[in-house]
Amino acid sequence: MTADRPPTASLARRILAALAVAAAPVLLTAPPAASADTQPVATDCRPDDSTACVAAMVLDEENEPVADVALTISGGSGFSETITTTADAPASVAVPEVGRYTVTIDPATLPADQPLPEGAPTDLEVTAQSGATARAAFRVGAGAAAPSTPSPAATQDTGGGEGDAPVVDDGEGVGAAPEGDASERALTLAQVWQQFGSGIRFGLLLALASIGLNLIFGTTGLSNFAHGEQFALGAALGFIFINQVGMPLWLGALVTIAICGLTGLAQDAGIWRPLRRRNTPIMQLMIVTIGLSIALQYLIQLLIGGGSERILSSNPRPLTLAGVTLSTASWLSMIVALVCIVGIAWFLTRTRIGRATRAVSDNPALAAATGIDPDKIVRVVWVMATSFAALAGLMWGISYGAFNWQLGVQLLLLMFAAVTLGGLGTAFGALVGSILIGLVVELSNLVIQSDLRYASALVILILVLLFRPQGILGRRERIG
Amino acid sequence: MDEILRIVTQTLAELIAPTTAAYAIAAIGLNLHFGYTGLLNMGQAGFMLLGAYGFGIATIAGAPFFVALLVALVAGTLFALILGLPTLQLRGDYLAIVTISAAEIIRWVGRSTWLQEWTGGASGLQGRDFKESFHALSPLPDGRTAIGPLEYINTGSDSWWTRIFAWGLVALILLLVWLITRSPWGRVLKGIREDEDAVRALGKNVYSYKMQALVLGGAIGALGGVVYALPLAIAPDAMGRTMTFFAWTVLLLGGAATVFGPVLGAMVFFAAYMLMRTGMRSLTSNTGLGDVITTTNVEQIGGMLVGVTLMLLVIFRPQGILGNKKELAFNVR
Repeated sequence: MTADRPPTASLARRILAALAVAAAPVLLTAPPAASADTQPVATDCRPDDSTACVAAMVLDEENEPVADVALTISGGSGFSETITTTADAPASVAVPEVGRYTVTIDPATLPADQPLPEGAPTDLEVTAQSGATARAAFRVGAGAAAPSTPSPAATQDTGGGEGDAPVVDDGEGVGAAPEGDASERALTLAQVWQQFGSGIRFGLLLALASIGLNLIFGTTGLSNFAHGEQFALGAALGFIFINQVGMPLWLGALVTIAICGLTGLAQDAGIWRPLRRRNTPIMQLMIVTIGLSIALQYLIQLLIGGGSERILSSNPRPLTLAGVTLSTASWLSMIVALVCIVGIAWFLTRTRIGRATRAVSDNPALAAATGIDPDKIVRVVWVMATSFAALAGLMWGISYGAFNWQLGVQLLLLMFAAVTLGGLGTAFGALVGSILIGLVVELSNLVIQSDLRYASALVILILVLLFRPQGILGRRERIG
Repeated sequence: MDEILRIVTQTLAELIAPTTAAYAIAAIGLNLHFGYTGLLNMGQAGFMLLGAYGFGIATIAGAPFFVALLVALVAGTLFALILGLPTLQLRGDYLAIVTISAAEIIRWVGRSTWLQEWTGGASGLQGRDFKESFHALSPLPDGRTAIGPLEYINTGSDSWWTRIFAWGLVALILLLVWLITRSPWGRVLKGIREDEDAVRALGKNVYSYKMQALVLGGAIGALGGVVYALPLAIAPDAMGRTMTFFAWTVLLLGGAATVFGPVLGAMVFFAAYMLMRTGMRSLTSNTGLGDVITTTNVEQIGGMLVGVTLMLLVIFRPQGILGNKKELAFNVR
């Protein structure tokens, strides 16, 4: 389908050029590495309107780049260049013309403990385009040995707007976590502890997002299927403002949250309040949220394209605390999430509006009789829910590195699992449920294939409904 | 002019496309769940995927065509039983959450490396591996046939035989649904949709009736999955949430709780969807619009419009084209 696209300088190209400029300092600060003695090739390539780049990297099973591996990029009319990978950034090289190039790995230069998986090809094909970096990644090491892992992956870095990636449901969306397929590794206590830490990170971010889902359910009875998309919208807008527009992190985050909060306000004013006025049955509203989620999902795809994107173009700095190694951004996100959750708890239990929110959750008619305006409370809840979902999505995108447009629906199911486990409609249940789901997802990674780890959370959801439908903190009366 | 003719032909072709029939069948199953019984099944794609897997894997294992079809039906039935047992006694939205999750589990398991030997992992099962027994059944002679502007080979993947089989199956299922929904059994289902407690007070086992409806609709959904896979391949990622949501749009567009609603909905939906996409694609490649919107964007804008259509339908015309506003399942608790 992309083949017949007219060769126009589209908006996407321009966005891409901006992206490349933003990424340039990273490439420039990369050390010249060991390539100096082999040949004087510039391994830093900056794509612009007349330059096409091919970048290649070798990743081990921890998704860490492997340094000092020789890769040969050949193609075009007799072009051939050997580059050496570095530990910091993908090694890239400018190619003289656009077209197909073959990236070949020299297995002899791989570290002895990081062999190429059996049966994995030693070469990848990429298509170089002006103003873009075509990327090829080889995956090495024991963890990649499973024949299924799409070990060598050639991706086209097309920037925003025009994803060349086929529009398919790709279950790996959020599966692109830094941990590889752990099922082949031996189980040690340190790994369990590390996964426990990752689980807490997952849980805290999930909690921040799902509290909003639960508050909406509590006050209006609505299971909002578009909540996952609100989460993904946070990541997508964050990508646009921070990565593409180039705002500083704090400003980009504030703008993102403000816009998402406004979408909540607009939704309540434009859709949900009129429908409540009409006494529309709740199931009808639920299908409206599904329609909204489809529309938002494609809107996000339109905004960021079909590929996976990074909010911060710099490489994450690892930080080890209490034996758990996560990126610095992840630790910061966890602190922010924790502060927000404590803030929400304080708001719900200590402030007037918060107490009114809980009153409306309990019994809207009674709350209205005591002088609370349920419409006002619901409006506050919508703004809160969408803002916190956006913040969680943004921090998710930053902590987990890459995300794509499918982030929303995948997380939505885990949010549903979390709130059902904790108790539908109870704000604190969402916290407990989310932490548990986070732990289950990350710890199950140790015993089952990592591509099934989200399934484990959903199996728990079904089991909870079988044996304790009201959830851990829910009350019996909530089940119908 | 040629361009317009091409667009019109493609739109017409979509009216009788096997995919349209597959969605019609899936929507008929959904209609039994939602339109007649008031069950919110948000995982119809899971039933379809299981049906397709059941058919494909059984055929590859050497089963004859009709045995493989039976395997697909059994797969759908078992899935419905497993889902129904925990959730049918709970409030409606729990069933929605569980079915959408279970459909995702099926897809994740299907695309994972765990059962790759049978399911083919993320790349799925190739069409040529499971289509032979189906093509062998074709009574049509070799060659191509053109009816009006539509021309297909007689037997093959995108063929007249696939279309005849798919729409024949639609007709059979419609007949079945028409018969059972005007039977006493069908009236009990409608009673459950309207007022569960009243039906319970009449001494009917509501749980059992709901389960029967879920199983029947799920088995029909599994057949829809087989029909969907016959002209294509079995790819787990093509049968995800989007498929469920499209089936819902088809059902609500045609009219829930009507016999012909799902079929009319599928035809109108896919013809309009094709018209919109080919029209926009033609505009982007022939006019200045192409500078602003790429062909990939056309798909995305198309998807957005589907979502907006679903919202507007549910808000302003929940009964769809054929439905009766009084007879709607939205008032489940």
